[in-house]
Amino acid sequence: MSLTYLDAIREAQARALEEDPRVFIYGQDVGPFGGAFKATKSLAERFPGRVMDAPISEDAMLGLAVGAAISGMRPIIEVQFADFSTVALNQIVNQAATLYWRTKVPCPVTIRLPAGGTSGSGPFHSQCPEALYAHYPGLVVLTPATVEDAYSMLLEAVAIDDPVIFCEHKYLYYHLKAERLPDEAMPVGKARIARAGRDLTVVAYSAMVHEALAVADELASEGTEIEVVDLRSVKPLDTDTIMASVARTGRLLCVGEAWPWGGVTAEVVARVASEGFGLLDAPPQRLNAKDTPVPYHPNLWAAHRPTARRIAMAARNLLRS
Amino acid sequence: MAYRLVEPQPKDEVSPGKNACLEAYRYILLARVLDDKFASLYRMGKIHGGVFLGRGQEALSVAAGLALRKGDVFAPLIRDAAGRIAFGEPIVDAVRTYLGSPLGPMRARDGNVHRGRPESGILPMISHLGAMISVVNGVLLANRMKGISGTVGLASIGEGGTSTGAFHEALNQAGVERFPLVVVVANNGYAYSTPNERQLACQTLELKAPGYGFRSHSVDGTDLSACLSVMNVAASEARAGGGPQLVIARLLRLCGHGEHDDAGYVDPRLKESTLGRDCLKVAEHHLMARGWASTQDLAVWREAAVEEVEGVVAQVQREDGPDPYAEEWRALASKHLVDEPPITA
Ligand SMILES: Cc1ncc(C[n+]2csc(CCOP(=O)(O)OP(=O)(O)O)c2C)c(N)n1
Repeated sequence: MSLTYLDAIREAQARALEEDPRVFIYGQDVGPFGGAFKATKSLAERFPGRVMDAPISEDAMLGLAVGAAISGMRPIIEVQFADFSTVALNQIVNQAATLYWRTKVPCPVTIRLPAGGTSGSGPFHSQCPEALYAHYPGLVVLTPATVEDAYSMLLEAVAIDDPVIFCEHKYLYYHLKAERLPDEAMPVGKARIARAGRDLTVVAYSAMVHEALAVADELASEGTEIEVVDLRSVKPLDTDTIMASVARTGRLLCVGEAWPWGGVTAEVVARVASEGFGLLDAPPQRLNAKDTPVPYHPNLWAAHRPTARRIAMAARNLLRS
Repeated sequence: MAYRLVEPQPKDEVSPGKNACLEAYRYILLARVLDDKFASLYRMGKIHGGVFLGRGQEALSVAAGLALRKGDVFAPLIRDAAGRIAFGEPIVDAVRTYLGSPLGPMRARDGNVHRGRPESGILPMISHLGAMISVVNGVLLANRMKGISGTVGLASIGEGGTSTGAFHEALNQAGVERFPLVVVVANNGYAYSTPNERQLACQTLELKAPGYGFRSHSVDGTDLSACLSVMNVAASEARAGGGPQLVIARLLRLCGHGEHDDAGYVDPRLKESTLGRDCLKVAEHHLMARGWASTQDLAVWREAAVEEVEGVVAQVQREDGPDPYAEEWRALASKHLVDEPPITA
C-alpha cells in the first residue's frame, strides 16, 4: 500500500476524530463532498455531525473555532486555499493568537492551509503565508515536507494547546508517497537533517526540501556534499540544529518558496549571522520567489519560484566564494 | 432612501414587575456611578489610555445582562458596564482592568473595556468590531456538540459595528446553524462621529434580520421597562429553539465616544428628542410613579453605590502595578514551543 501526503492528512484527521471526541472539522465543502482536495473524504460519513460545511465566511469560521476552543473543543479548520486565510487574518492574529496571553485560557485551534504553488494556479491559489503568521506572537507555524510529517505533525497540531497554522503544500499532496504511516515521529519544533553533507548547508522547508534534495543529488555527482536541513516548523525555529549544521559546513543557503522581503529565510540568515558569524566561511545566502504576485503561466511560474536549477546555481556560487 | 427609525411594536411581552425593575435599576445606578468614577479618574490622569462609558445606554445593557443565566455566554462591547454587572461581573474586575492591576482578570496585559472571564461566560472583547459574534457562535456550537441545551449567547454591538464584514459573516453563520443567539444593536445615532446617514444604506436596521434568518425586535433603549420586556422575549425565543434574534434599540449615548471626545458633532435636536432622555431618570420616574421607590430610597441606593465603588477603587489603588521583570513574556500556552530568537529586547 502506498500513501500520499494528502492521504496522510486525511488519515491524521480520521485518527484525531476517532481518538478525541473534542475534535471536529469545519470548512467550506469539507462535509459530504470531502473537501476541495478530498482531504476530508468520507469523514463526514464516518463521524456524523463532526465534519461540517461552512459558509464562505473565513472570518466567522475562525471566530467560531475560537469560541469552540474556549469551550473545550479542538477544532480543525480547513481554509480552502491558504490565500483565503487573509480574510480570517483578524480572527487568527488578533483573536486566536492573543487569547491565551490575555486570559490564560488556551486556544487549541488547528488551521489547515493548503499552501504553495502548483502549475497554473496563479496569484490567488499559490501563496505561502507562513511568514505572515510567524510574525505574530501566539501562533505555532508548521510546514511539513514529508508524508510522515504531514501525518504526525497534524496529529501533534491538534494536541497542541495553542493555535497552529498548518501549511500543507498542495504540490506535495499527490507527488509524495510513503509505504506506511509512521508509528513515531520527531516532535514539533525540531528540524531534521534530511541529508547529511559537509560542504554546504541548505536550509529549506515544505516543498523546497525536495528541490534542495534534488540539488544535493546533482552536486554529489560533482563531488560536493550538501547538507539539507528540513525546518519542519518555522515557528518555533530550531536555531540549534541550523547552527550545528553551519558549524559543520561553514556555508549557508536558505531557500523559501515565499516572497523575499523578510520572512523565514531572512530570519534564518539573521540568526546565523548574529549568533554564528564565526562559523561562516562565506556570507550567508538566501533564495526566494520573485517579489511579484505568483504568475499563472507555467513558464512564468517556473521562473518565479526557486527551482532545483536556481538552487544549484546559488549553491555553486556559494561554494566558489 | 434615508435611514429611518422603526417605532417599537408591542409584542407578546409582559411588563416587568416591581422586583425586576428594582433589581435592574440598582445595577444601572451602580454602573452609572462606576462610569462616573472612571471619568473622574481619567480627568485626574489616573488611568492609562482611554475611558469609554455607557452613559445613556445602561437600560438596554442591563436588560441584556439580566436576560441571561448562568451557563449562557455574553460578549459585551464598549458600553456594557451595566450588562456586565447584571450578568455577574464583579466591579472589582472593571476597576482592576482600568487601573492596570495585575490582580485583575487581564493582569494589566489588557485594559479598560477589553476584559472578561471566558470560563464564566464573559468573553473579553478584542477591539475589532464585529469580531466577537462568531466567537459566541463557537461557544454555542460547542454546547450543541456536547449536548448542552437551553443556553443562549448574546453579543452587543453598535450600529456602526453592523457595517463590518465580521458582523455579516457571523450573523449569516448563526442563521445557517440556527444558533440560540441574540444580537443586540444599540443604535445611538453615531459611530464615533459618523452619523447614521453615512453609516447605513438600509432603510431600517430591522430589515437586516430576515436576510440573516433572524427574528427582529425593536425597542426604545431609553425605557428600562421596555428593554427588560423585549430582551426577555428575544432571549426566551432563542432559548426555546426559535433561532437567532436581532434586537434593535434606539437611544443616544450621553457622553463622548470616549472621555477624550466632547461629542460636539451630535445634533442638538436629537439631544432634545425623546431619544436624548436619560434612561436612569426615565427608570426613576417609572419606579416612583408606581410607588415602587421613594426619593429617599433613590438617595439611599445611590449612596450605597457610591460607597461600594469608592471602596473598590480605594482597594485597587493600593495594589501594586505589574512588574515587567516578573512578567513571563510568553504568548503560548505550550512552554516547549516558545521560539527563542537569539536577541530579545
Ligand atoms: C473594525 C474596527 N474598525 C474601527 C474601529 C475603531 N472604532 C472603535 S469604536 C468605533 C465607533 C463604533 O461605533 P458603533 O459601533 O456605532 O458603537 P458606539 O461607539 O456608538 O457604541 C470605531 C470606529 C474598531 N474598533 N474596529
